[in-house]
Amino acid sequence: MTLLQTIGFRGQAEQREKAPFRLSPRMVSWLQVGPLAVVLIALFALPTVLFLVVSFFDYDRVGIYPAFMLDNYQDLLTTPSTLRVYISSLKFGLIVWSITLFLGFNIAYFLVFHVRRPMVRTVLFLLCAIPFWTSGIIRTIAWIPFLGRNGAFNQALMALHLTDKPLEFLLFSDFSVIITYVHLFTLLMIGPIANSWAKIDPALLEAARDSGASRWQTMYLVVIPLAKTGIALGSILVFTQVMGDYFVVRQMSGGQSASIVSMLSTEIQAMQYPPASANAMVLVLFVAIMVACMMRVVDVRKELVK
Amino acid sequence: MMSGPPRTTADGARPWTFYALATLFTLFILFLYGPMLVIYVLSFQGPDGGVTFPMVGTSTVWFENIVKPGQMANIPVSFERSISLAALVSVLTVVFSVSAGLGFRRNFPGSGILFYLAVASLVMPSLLVGFGIALGFKFLGWDTSLFSSALGAQLTWTLPFGLFAMFAVVNRFNRSWEEAATDLGASAWQRLRLVTLPILLPGILGLAMGAFTLSYDEYARTTLAIGPKNTLPLEIYALISSATSPVLFAIGTVTTVGSFLLIGVTLFVVFRLQRRRALLVPKEG
Repeated sequence: MTLLQTIGFRGQAEQREKAPFRLSPRMVSWLQVGPLAVVLIALFALPTVLFLVVSFFDYDRVGIYPAFMLDNYQDLLTTPSTLRVYISSLKFGLIVWSITLFLGFNIAYFLVFHVRRPMVRTVLFLLCAIPFWTSGIIRTIAWIPFLGRNGAFNQALMALHLTDKPLEFLLFSDFSVIITYVHLFTLLMIGPIANSWAKIDPALLEAARDSGASRWQTMYLVVIPLAKTGIALGSILVFTQVMGDYFVVRQMSGGQSASIVSMLSTEIQAMQYPPASANAMVLVLFVAIMVACMMRVVDVRKELVK
Repeated sequence: MMSGPPRTTADGARPWTFYALATLFTLFILFLYGPMLVIYVLSFQGPDGGVTFPMVGTSTVWFENIVKPGQMANIPVSFERSISLAALVSVLTVVFSVSAGLGFRRNFPGSGILFYLAVASLVMPSLLVGFGIALGFKFLGWDTSLFSSALGAQLTWTLPFGLFAMFAVVNRFNRSWEEAATDLGASAWQRLRLVTLPILLPGILGLAMGAFTLSYDEYARTTLAIGPKNTLPLEIYALISSATSPVLFAIGTVTTVGSFLLIGVTLFVVFRLQRRRALLVPKEG
């Protein structure tokens, strides 16, 4: 490139800088995030504020009336079943979280570090993801013929003479609820963890080994710290999915357990919007606190937006 | 594509952890597909059979029932609705979150608040989002419907996902390519159209497919915001509460076959794009 051309290009660049309608970088960013921000504010933030307001309203069988009263919250928090349902949901949340974390971590590790050929890795990833494409509703009820008295699993056990009569606890129990959750949500853990490792330079692990780290030391000092964003994201997704569920518990527990949201949807169907709103606010607060705790452990934002 | 570090001992053999994890992975795949296989088998249940074993003969009657007018007449219509809603959600999600992903590369006032708003929208119990929107529409005196409230409810779910996916895509993007374009005299619009978007294209395609799937399967956010015309998942949900028949399983089988085809085509396109790029761009070093 000649000196003249270089100068020519510089000149053009300077001319553009002086263009009268050039937007400031900040303005460009605002315009770029604008549509997303408008949707989230109009369809998420405002409705949430709305049911915060409605949760203080009065109601009867005919309609709801603007008021400011705490009765809805008082009724909710003094009903013994509320506490029971929260404890039950929390129990499911913790059990499912620990199982999916164990599975997700190990499977992601296998896929990222053990599978050598990118093509094979992609295919194995897809193998994990394909059931995800089938409706969650159908995947849930798929467990019924699988786990039932005459189900595939019991038949297999009996054919192998592992048991002589069908196992009863498999279906319509806490067991079947947990199995279904794990089936539905493990991918939410595998994805983020694998993604946070995908960014690792392989040379980093080589360096750890060359510096004399044992394989366990590499694991604890390099691999796990690098996965923490993925673990945090996956945990948040799994935990909030379980807390927000109303279908699986209803379908798979055989009426033995309730979930917070199924309790809430009964109130919504009965058009009892103020108590439903109060219930919703308590749940939102509860989930928000749990998520905030997880985000305190890992600064997800700093890790994501680099 | 990522490449893992070699995990071999000095003599080239795999460490024991490989075999342990390979076993775990195989068991997990069996666990994933076990009930799915049951669905596929039971969808060929004979006309007198039910939703559980044993099989009473085999037939394709349940597949025919999906499209047959009568009790299941709503399935094809609701499928069409689901597809058109998912297509619209997918397009809007791609446009809004690609744009926002690019916007987030600069630190702008309000970026923190918007980030946490997206997180909150993602973790909000799904039914409550639909509830809030339905309540809002009620107060405004509007009717809930497919392409207003239901579309909005689904966007509160797909947009945060899209935004976070874009963070990952944008992170891998080397800004010096854009700077090079500017130095060579490209206008901002040319830079976006000829440099930035083509490089991001595989990620954008993945995002479009992801958003489509999320929307197509979504029921918890949509159910209270849908109005009178159901999407496919809601129709399935209604079928479960009324009468269970192997038709549900037939729908599951058809969905899986359809997904395989869709994934096959998308993979083909993405690999083609990557290959073309590999041919165009010489490797580093």
